Formats: sequence, structure tokens, C-alpha cells
Amino acid sequence: MVEVNLWSGLRSLADGHETVDVDAKTVGEVLSGLIRAYPALEDPIEAGVSVAVDGRIIASALDEPVNPDSEVFLMQRLKGG
Amino acid sequence: MSMIHVNTTVNGDEVDFVCDPRETLLDVLRDRLSLTGAKEGCGTGDCGACSVTVDDRLVCSCLMLGAEAEGKSIATIEGMATTEALDPLQVKFIEYAALQCGICTPGILIATRALLAKNPDPTEEEVRYWLAGNLCRCTGYDKIIRAVLDTAKDLRADAGEAR
Amino acid sequence: MPNDTQKISVKTTDFKVVGTTPDRPDGIDKVTGRAKFGADAYAPGMLHAAIYRSPHAHAKIVKIDMSRAGALKGVKAVVTRADFATGLAGENWNILENIMASDTALYDGHAICAVAATSALIARDAIKLIDVEYEMLPHVTDVDKSMASDAPVIRAGTADKSVPAGLGENVVRYHESGHGDIDAGFAAADLVIEDTFKTEATHQGYIEPHACLATLDTDGKGEVWCCTQGHFNVQKVCAALVGTETSQIRVTASEIGGGFGGKTVVFIEPVALALSRKANRPVKLVMSRSEVFRASGPTASASMDIKIGMMKDGRMTAASAVYRMQGGAFPGAPMEFTSMCGFAPYNLENVHQIGFDVMTNRPKQAAYRAPGSPMAAFAVESVVDELCNELGLDPIEVRLMNASHEGTKASYGPTFQRIGLVQTLEAAKAHPHFTAPLAENTGRGISCGFWFNHGGETSVTMALSEDGTVALSVGTPDIGGSRASMGQMAAEELGIPYEDVRVTIADTATLGYNEISHGSRVTYASGLATIEAARDTLKKLCKRAAAKWGIDEDAVAWVDGCAVPSGANAGDFDPLPIGKITRSMGRTGGPIVGHYEATPEGAGVSFATHIVDAQVDPETGKTAITRYTVVQDAGKAIHPTYVEGQFQGGAAQGIGWALNEEYIYGTDGRLQNTIFLDYRIPVASDLPMIDTVIVEVPNPGHPYGVRGVGETSICPPLAAVANAVSGAVGVRMTQLPMTPPHILSELGKKARAKKGGANG
Repeated sequence: MVEVNLWSGLRSLADGHETVDVDAKTVGEVLSGLIRAYPALEDPIEAGVSVAVDGRIIASALDEPVNPDSEVFLMQRLKGG
Repeated sequence: MSMIHVNTTVNGDEVDFVCDPRETLLDVLRDRLSLTGAKEGCGTGDCGACSVTVDDRLVCSCLMLGAEAEGKSIATIEGMATTEALDPLQVKFIEYAALQCGICTPGILIATRALLAKNPDPTEEEVRYWLAGNLCRCTGYDKIIRAVLDTAKDLRADAGEAR
Repeated sequence: MPNDTQKISVKTTDFKVVGTTPDRPDGIDKVTGRAKFGADAYAPGMLHAAIYRSPHAHAKIVKIDMSRAGALKGVKAVVTRADFATGLAGENWNILENIMASDTALYDGHAICAVAATSALIARDAIKLIDVEYEMLPHVTDVDKSMASDAPVIRAGTADKSVPAGLGENVVRYHESGHGDIDAGFAAADLVIEDTFKTEATHQGYIEPHACLATLDTDGKGEVWCCTQGHFNVQKVCAALVGTETSQIRVTASEIGGGFGGKTVVFIEPVALALSRKANRPVKLVMSRSEVFRASGPTASASMDIKIGMMKDGRMTAASAVYRMQGGAFPGAPMEFTSMCGFAPYNLENVHQIGFDVMTNRPKQAAYRAPGSPMAAFAVESVVDELCNELGLDPIEVRLMNASHEGTKASYGPTFQRIGLVQTLEAAKAHPHFTAPLAENTGRGISCGFWFNHGGETSVTMALSEDGTVALSVGTPDIGGSRASMGQMAAEELGIPYEDVRVTIADTATLGYNEISHGSRVTYASGLATIEAARDTLKKLCKRAAAKWGIDEDAVAWVDGCAVPSGANAGDFDPLPIGKITRSMGRTGGPIVGHYEATPEGAGVSFATHIVDAQVDPETGKTAITRYTVVQDAGKAIHPTYVEGQFQGGAAQGIGWALNEEYIYGTDGRLQNTIFLDYRIPVASDLPMIDTVIVEVPNPGHPYGVRGVGETSICPPLAAVANAVSGAVGVRMTQLPMTPPHILSELGKKARAKKGGANG
């Protein structure tokens, strides 16, 4: 299992939890695991998220690997000017 | 609206065109004479991207009517390089990275040439105030000012040698 | 195939071309006036378009009557919202609603209909003949007023599910993040300072207005020429908005006369396409400057509360922030970036931040260089400065003591990989500017700044010519000299001269999808793609050499532009230069082309520290920036002169934001300053030389360590200038811009307070 840290603005959509454990080997599986656990998270995830894995911010690639001991943070999708 | 026939000189060549009396010199240069080097950044004389000289006087071509070009001698960026080489200012602007996006560059080069014709040895402050009518959003002006001062220095050295 | 960017071995020394400063390939075109920008394209039979815009901040559109305009001689087509695709959802619907209103004008300048005519003058005349009947609605343009429960509602039901209950209808998105226990942190502090800050909306201020030339045939095939930071995005959005297939629209990016985020957005191209489809002629559409100000994207304005606790020795104990960001009549104000960037420079055990995205009757905000970050830095770094003043501490030492470094838990959650904030602070401390004496009425300001940087979808092709030279096609519009740096990286990998590489920004029919040139991603992502495409090319070159020599492919290496046998049993052959292989490539297997398509995910965040001296005339309140130094971590500077240019440009824009620039709305909700005379960006005589120090702490996610440099440079200046001005006048400046009247009013308040104090 991978522990995923949500930004606290998402707590209300995940029964008050700020971390969610999901069974995942990739970034894509992290996101689908979150939606399975808390369907209300689908909207913000579809709206665009980045996933920080061990400090590296994955903006879009779903095939990036995730390990059980990885530090995983969900973040809003990055864009710039 | 009836059109006006205008005879003028552009970059040393005799040119004639017809235009609507409301068309600016910038409109005419770009849309009728295919000289798109002068740019419209504002249309109100605030940005200097459309700078040309008319009888050696620096003007914003967006503030002058095309019909007013009758009998005048106009110089645009397209006439700056000779058949042999780029103007020393053009060379120095590339070397100093005095341009990024390059939209303001034709106007700044024309304005700078007009400055150096009047004042071959300007101070940094004089260059900054002369070019205050030419907006550049990319560079912060640093490299432009340096390129101008260094070109002026080279041109003075050349003039000294020629003497 | 998963990306293996993390396993990249980073080369940071022994470069031959990288780190040098060759002339840019577009240089001669740009100094001779030949470079073709958005408005410089013409087509046979071309029409000129103009857009009718709402003069009202908020009004129901009751009726649009275009009969008089349509009857004007020379007018060939008119369009309204009815001429665009229906059934759109999400962001595409927002974009269409923004560029062509359906039933309500949401801001002064909102497009309502458009015409195409045989000349630009006729098109403008036709606009004056359009009759629109409005029903006026109440409007709101201020962020704090818009959050009030009794504020006029821009569009009910827009808020997403993250917005907590009980907030006004105009609060449409919400962010909250942080860690630790801020209450305990504040309780432990020796000093807590809390203050409220405001910044006004500013415009990216590119000198080239939006411009395009478009053709759309009745069979759905279209061509667009336009100035944009992302032509693949233009292609996708245009196809959706006019209702055709993406691949049927081919978009070519012109030279771009500045963007800074403002040209990441689609405004006029679908309008030109719709007019072209109706008129069966090519249509050119160019915005006027006032249209650019009224109807393209300025940045968000902000209202912010910051609270920071500090021990007497300078250690921060806790920090919290609330950011209220005004983003115009649509969702999207970058409050999540504001929230995540504000405290990123600091190693904080207890930190909390909240962001609100608030709609108003203003144009839809667009990204502007590190969107959201400069405002946060202004507020946070002002409080840090005030804490240093109150506690008598050195502003750089305090920042060093609290600085984020590799292994720090970032204020936004994850752990930082290798970063260079400490190095920028050390370099600032060592810079002569920091210890130079100060003139009268002058203050010195310090600030740090942070931006994420970005990777994104990227596709590059490298085709070899028979003579051994290289055609490199990239899909990210060159907004800062990237053709030079791409050419350098290609030459470096191939071991050939820089001059042998011709770099082209390819159109949408030539390459796979490329994300917009934004997020400081081009030198990082297109650079990485160029390096990988070169390595792919080299593999193919080595294979040809191996076949020629009759040895194993693995026994061939590439050294200084030549294939050479490598290893004990490879045999003894003379080095085979690239040109000798390409000369016979048609007969040894065909053309040699290398390529790379992926989404690189190794962008490295970056930090900067700026030092500025500001002199304030106490009589007039006018501020002169007398000295400026930028220190920034570039990771690796591919072309150092162009990196300096990015540093200087960001600083200059930040100075404008701090001192002059602002969107001014009247009580009627109309924008009051729609030309450069009234919206004053810094001119040459406003600025000093801008000194630069390039720090290079390599990004582990790029083969040469590149981080990207375009955006971070605008993050510190607002705060640095505000800290300098506050020092000069002896009053904490909490609102931007610090115009002369604003400064005089603060000085007056100070004088009255002093007098009052003396009397009392």
C-alpha cells in the first residue's frame, strides 16, 4: 500500500481524511485507487492534479512508478506563464 | 471614400501609392508597400515600435497620415542594412542580446540611429531618455543600453581613424 | 515505456558548446525587420476582421442587430455566438464564453459579435453600426467586495465541490494545505507579526497585440497563422470551438512579440476561423492595444493576510496565510500556486495556507510569469522583512537560517530534492551590492522567490542532411531565445559546430503534440527532448558505421562528431565523421532521423534572491530604482547571456508591478487605463542597469542540470522593491503599486501620527 497525502482542502471529499492508503505501483494507479476509495475525489482529480513522488512533481505521466515507501503528495496541476 | 494618390521616397527609392485619407503612414507602409518591419504596438504613439524617420526626423508612423508622406523622404528598418553589410548597430544588437522577442527592435534601432546622428557621444542617461519612447517588455533595457553605448564608441573610433 | 528521467546521469562540466554565447539564429531577421510576427502575414483575397465589445461591466444581452453593419459596402461576413460549436463543457465552454458571449456581457470589453470586411477601416466602421440592446446588471470588480454575501453574482453554480459551505457564490475554488500545529508555533514565538496586503491586476504587457490570419473551408479544413506560446493548444481549442476535428486545423506559430503567459490563451483565432468559414475567404484579425488591455488576460489581483512567528534569534516558528485572488469573470485565479509558493523558501514545522479563487466582472485572468507566486512573495517577504526590522536582525542571515534545502519538507507538502536557495542567498550576501553604502532617502530591499517549473508533453525531430548538417524541429514557440539553446544542446551531443544545426519551430502537422511554452519548460523539456533525439540519431549513425566496418554496433562509439571503433576487439578503423556517413545514407538504409516523444517529469524547482536600492523623493513621492541585483539558480545556463536576459526582464516587469502598473476600474466598472500612456510599463529612463549572478545547482532531472529560468525572476521583485521603499520612507508599504500619490499619502499619515503622538 502507498500512503497518499491529500491537500487539506480535499478532506471534506474524503471523509475528513488527509491521507489515504491505496494499492498502487504507478501514478495512474494512485489516482484510480483514490477515486475507488472516495468517488467524490473524481472531480478534483479530473480537473487536473500533479502527483509529487519523493519530491519529484509528476505533472501528467500516469506511468511513473510509485513504491510502497514512496512519499506521495497530491497537488493541483501545475501550469505556468 | 475617395482615395488619395501619394508620391514619396522610401529608403531612397521613389514610391507611389493610393490610400484612404484616414490611413496612417504605418498602415500604408505595412499594407500597401509590404514593409512590415515597422510594428503597431499601440496605435497611440506610446510604444515606438512603428518608429521611422521622415526627412531625418524621428516619428511614430502610427501618428502620421499616409497622405502626409507626399514629397517626403522616409527611412524604415528595411533600409538600414546596406547591400554589403548590416549596420554596426544591428551587429551589436545581436552580439549583446539586446533583443529577445524582437518586436520592439526595428523601432529601437531606428530611434537609436537618429540619436547617434544627433549625438555621437551620448551618456547612459541620454540614451535612456532618448529611448524612453520605445517600450521593450523583455529585456529590462540593460543590454540595449550597453549595445548602444558600445556601438557609439566604435563609431567614434572609426570616425577618428577616418580623420 | 516509463520515463527514466530520474536515472539520467547529469553532465555538468566539460562542455564544448553549452555554456557559450553564440548569436541567436533569428537575430538577423529581427534586426532587419524581416522576422514575421502575428500581424505580418497576408493572403490573397484576405479580409480584415474587427470585434464588437461590450461597453458595460455586466449586462444581459437582449438583442444584437447587425443589419446596418452587414449592409455596409465591403462587409463580407458577421458572426455571433450562434456561429460557434454548441454542447461544449468545462474549460472549452469557458474559453468560448470568454471570446464570444452567449447571453450576458460579463465585463467591459467582453466580445459579443464580429465582422469581416475588405479593409480594416471598413471593418471598424461596421462595428460602429452594430446595435446591441442591453439590460444592465449590478457589477463588482473588487475581490473583497465580490466575496461578500450581498455581492452581485457573476454566474451562480460555478463553484466546485472543494469550496466550503457558507461562502459567497463568487468564490468558485478553494485550496487549503499545510502541516504541523500553527497555534503552538505562534504561541512559542517571541514575536508574531500579522498584516494584510493588496496587489492590483497587472497586464503581461507584451508589445505585440494578439494577431492571426485564418482560413476555414466549409469541409472543415483550416489553416491558422498566429502569435501564440502554444500552437498545438490553439489547434485543439480552435477545432473544438468551431466544431471540426483537431487534425483538420493546421496551426503555424509566427514569431511572437512577447507573451509572458498572456499568449498561452486563445482569444481571437476561433473568431477569425468562424468569419472565414462564412465569407469563404482568409481573415486577418488583429487586436488593438485597448482591446489587449480590456479583453485579454491580465493577472489576478490579490488581497492577502500573512502571519509569521519568529524567535529572537530569527528562527521562524510558524506561518499562516489567506490568499483571496480575483480572477475575472471565470474560474482560474492561480490561488493554489499563490498558496503553495508563498512559504516555499522556508523550512517551517508549522505552516498553513488557504486560497480562494474569486470571480468578478473583469476579464478572465491569464497566466503571467510564475502565475500567483509574485503576489505571495510580496506579502510573505514583507512580513519577514518587518520581523527582521523589529528584532534587529540581518535579512539575509534570517533567510539563511530558515532556508529550505534538500530534504526540507516543503510548505506545500513534499520533500525538496536538490535545490539552490541557500546558494543564491550566499551569493547575495557576498555580492558588493549588499554591503554598499546607501544614499539619502534610500532603502535596500531583499527578497527570495520560488517557482516550480514544468515538464509537459514534448516532441522533437532531428533530420540529418546529406552534407552532415542538421534540421532540428521543435514544437515549443521560441519566446526567449530557445532556438539558440536547442541548437547548442544538439551540437553538444552530436559533436558538430553550432552553425551546423538549423532549428525550426515546426507547425502542428509536422510533430506530435507539444504543450505550450509555459512553466519555464522549454529549455528543460524541449532541451531534454533535443538531447534524447540527438542520442537516438547517434545510435543510428553508429549502426551505419558498424555496418560499413563489419563490426558489432556496440563496438562503435561517437567521439567529437565521428564514429570510432571502441573496445578491445573492435578493430582498427579511421574515425568516420558525420558527413561521411550522411553522404551515403540513401544507399546504406535511407534517411537518418532521430526523434523523441515523451512527457519529461524531472523539472526542477528554482529559487532566486534579489537585492534592490530604491530612493524616494519625499517631496513628490516618486521612487527611483538606483541599483538592482538578481541572483538566481538556473540549474545550468545553456546560453548564459540569454539567461541573464531572462533575469533582467523578470526584474524589470516586477519593478513595474511594484511601482506603476495597475488595472484601474471606475465606479461604472469600466477599465480606465486602456493605453500604454495610462498603463505605464517601465521605460528605459525608469531603470538602472540590472546586475545578474547565475547560480548553478544542477537539476537531477535534466541531462545537463537545466531548471528553467523564465519565471522565477519575477517572484522576488515586488517584495524586494516594497521592502526597499518601506525602508526609505519609514512606513510599511502593504499595497501595490507604490505610486507617488500612494507614497505621499502614507508619508502624510506618518507625519500626522507623529504630530498626534507629540500632542498627546
